[in-house]
Amino acid sequence: MNITVCIKQVPGTSEVEIDEKTGNLIREGIDTKMNPYDLYAIETAMKIKENNSAKINVISMGPPQAVEVIQEAYMMGADNGYLLTDKKFAGADVLATSYALSQGINKMDNYNLIICGKMTTDGDTAQVGPEIAEFLNIPHVANVKKIIDINSNSITVEMDMPKTVEIQEVKLPCLITVEKEIHQPRLPSFKLKLATAKRKVNNITFKDLDDSNPENFGLDGSPTQVLDVFPPTSDRVNERWKGTGKELGERISKKLKKLKFVKDN
Amino acid sequence: MAFIKIHQKNVKNVEEAIKVCPFNAIKSKNDKIEITSACKMCDICIKKMPDIYEFIEGKKVKINKDNWKGIAVYVDHVEGDIHPVTYELIGKAERMAKKINQPVYCLFVGSNIKHKAEDILHYGVDEVFVIDKEELYDFRIEPYTAAFENFITKVKPTIVLVGGTTVGRSLAPRVAARFRTGLTADCTILDVKDNTDLDQIRPAFGGNIMAHIHTPNHRPQFATVRYKIFDAPEKNKNKTGKITECKIDSNKLKSNIKVLEVKKKEKVKSIEEADVIVVAGNGIKKEKDLEMINQLANKLGGMVATTRPLIEAGWTDARQQIGLSGRTVKPKLIITCGVSGSIQFVAGMNNSENIFAINNDPKAQIFDVANYGIVGDLYEIIPELIKKL
Ligand SMILES: Cc1cc2nc3c(=O)[nH]c(=O)nc-3n(C[C@H](O)[C@H](O)[C@H](O)COP(=O)(O)OP(=O)(O)OC[C@H]3O[C@@H](n4cnc5c(N)ncnc54)[C@H](O)[C@@H]3O)c2cc1C
Ligand SMILES: Nc1ncnc2c1ncn2[C@@H]1O[C@H](COP(=O)(O)O)[C@@H](O)[C@H]1O
Repeated sequence: MNITVCIKQVPGTSEVEIDEKTGNLIREGIDTKMNPYDLYAIETAMKIKENNSAKINVISMGPPQAVEVIQEAYMMGADNGYLLTDKKFAGADVLATSYALSQGINKMDNYNLIICGKMTTDGDTAQVGPEIAEFLNIPHVANVKKIIDINSNSITVEMDMPKTVEIQEVKLPCLITVEKEIHQPRLPSFKLKLATAKRKVNNITFKDLDDSNPENFGLDGSPTQVLDVFPPTSDRVNERWKGTGKELGERISKKLKKLKFVKDN
Repeated sequence: MAFIKIHQKNVKNVEEAIKVCPFNAIKSKNDKIEITSACKMCDICIKKMPDIYEFIEGKKVKINKDNWKGIAVYVDHVEGDIHPVTYELIGKAERMAKKINQPVYCLFVGSNIKHKAEDILHYGVDEVFVIDKEELYDFRIEPYTAAFENFITKVKPTIVLVGGTTVGRSLAPRVAARFRTGLTADCTILDVKDNTDLDQIRPAFGGNIMAHIHTPNHRPQFATVRYKIFDAPEKNKNKTGKITECKIDSNKLKSNIKVLEVKKKEKVKSIEEADVIVVAGNGIKKEKDLEMINQLANKLGGMVATTRPLIEAGWTDARQQIGLSGRTVKPKLIITCGVSGSIQFVAGMNNSENIFAINNDPKAQIFDVANYGIVGDLYEIIPELIKKL
């Protein structure tokens, strides 16, 4: 069985702020990490590998330094890594990202199962998984919280819905996106770090892909465009209270009574 | 192909020209500035240093926007039980449709739901398209996508709104990708331009900024919106509009998915239903101190919710999380205790009616959204407050 896991490198801190006075973006630190939700995707693949013997291929689209998350995946037990990187992919929105990934996935080992994280902490759309599945023309199940069974023909999963849990049996190949509760991710192992230190990461660039039309990638292949960014505003009644703990506690209780959230007695 | 052109000779200070990019996507190489694949095309360099960075538009065939008409709302439901986000989207769709003088449609997909479609006619929509087939009883991605595709091909709406529910978040991207069009997730503000372009605003880049996004040259324009962001219209006594049944061939509804079982979850009251919420934030030092928050919530007959760090610490349950990756709430009263007010958190609660915020940092962002900003130590204030209630 071949499993492909999609992983992304995201900013280590989420602190992008706008300086109210200058309108400039302030970004502290440039450290990066693996998208935390993708750790669950890798772990899910590892659990399948332990029980069924499988080969785990990971793919990440991003700048050259995104190779780091692939090395991290090696330290967790992934077998083979691909980095989809090209200047032509820059400025990609969800559609162009998913399309490029689907094209990249076609250049890798055949897959029986694709696993994505639930969402990324920077894009935060949870859309890339389903769109990849559409481009590959395979079924997908989002919000998988448990794998009940997997064999060479099908996978049976629990899909988390707000009021119900649906058990779906899906023919392979298919794509799933996994919830946090699926498995606790393991830590990268030092032994594997040494063992995989020299393992190479395969690069896939634009010219390797089947689709040779640059208009389908990056900014050109992105139907959505960011017009501008701005700090959030609000036009609310806005009082500021100061005082000692006792004064403030009393003042809040008075106000709550006045607003009829508590009975005045 | 569209790209950013760099006027190298206008670069006076290389370091400054590089620093303008918040994503570190500009690098210098052999005394030349280069844009790397980390570029997010956010336009900031173009706006801040127009003499150096210039946007070059690619040649693109322009679509004919007149071929696409109407604003469509996907009816989110479980076995005909319509999710309230649907009505909120209908309300938004109606306000926008008025501006461009176009109809509002609903798409209702399922099995044995025809009679339920009548309910929707009380909310002022022009036409409800019903696709009622046995194969659509359970939510399975391929048949639902096929039904959605059928509707779009036939009706050609210019805008499609989908609730950010479990089903919506799985279905909308699939359909948008099928039409090779854009989809903006979790919009918090929507408006429409005279030329039918949809202005979409959402928190973005995982940081404290809002992004204004549009889809200038693709139709339909897809957006998902979470529950409790917009207001639902009043239910009219009278019905207006009509119901149209769509036919679809059964062999278009084939699926590789078999639903083996649907288990009901035990019903727990969710924070979305609470009228009063007390929120514990990172200002809470120890797990034990949550007792104080529980006590306050009890006194007010409310529920306890939290920010993400407490969930990550394992102190609270993920179902209690408010925010962009948690729940959106709109209670009558919310009291935040030791919450800084990050955009991701605020996005999930800023429509609450009365917001009290307790925080000892006078510069905390939560005070921007609070109606009553209480500057002080929660450990001193809350016990006093509990005493007085
Ligand atoms: C893509 C993405 C999605 C996210 N989604 C969510 C989400 O859905 N929900 C969410 O909550 N977060 C979310 N986050 C995280 C979010 O950015 C913040 O990190 C988080 O909301 C901060 O929680 P907090 O305010 O409790 O903690 P902090 O930011 O640490 O703030 C604690 C506050 O308590 C105050 N304080 C400390 N001690 C006291 C005291 N004794 N008395 C009074 N005040 C005190 C401090 O001044 C400070 O302002 C998301 C982040 C990303 C990147
Ligand atoms: N650039 C990328 N490279 C690889 N996988 C990605 C990328 N972007 C998104 N994904 C996958 O898609 C999931 C959802 O991402 P998103 O739609 O950005 O929230 C992630 O958890 C990853 O598994």
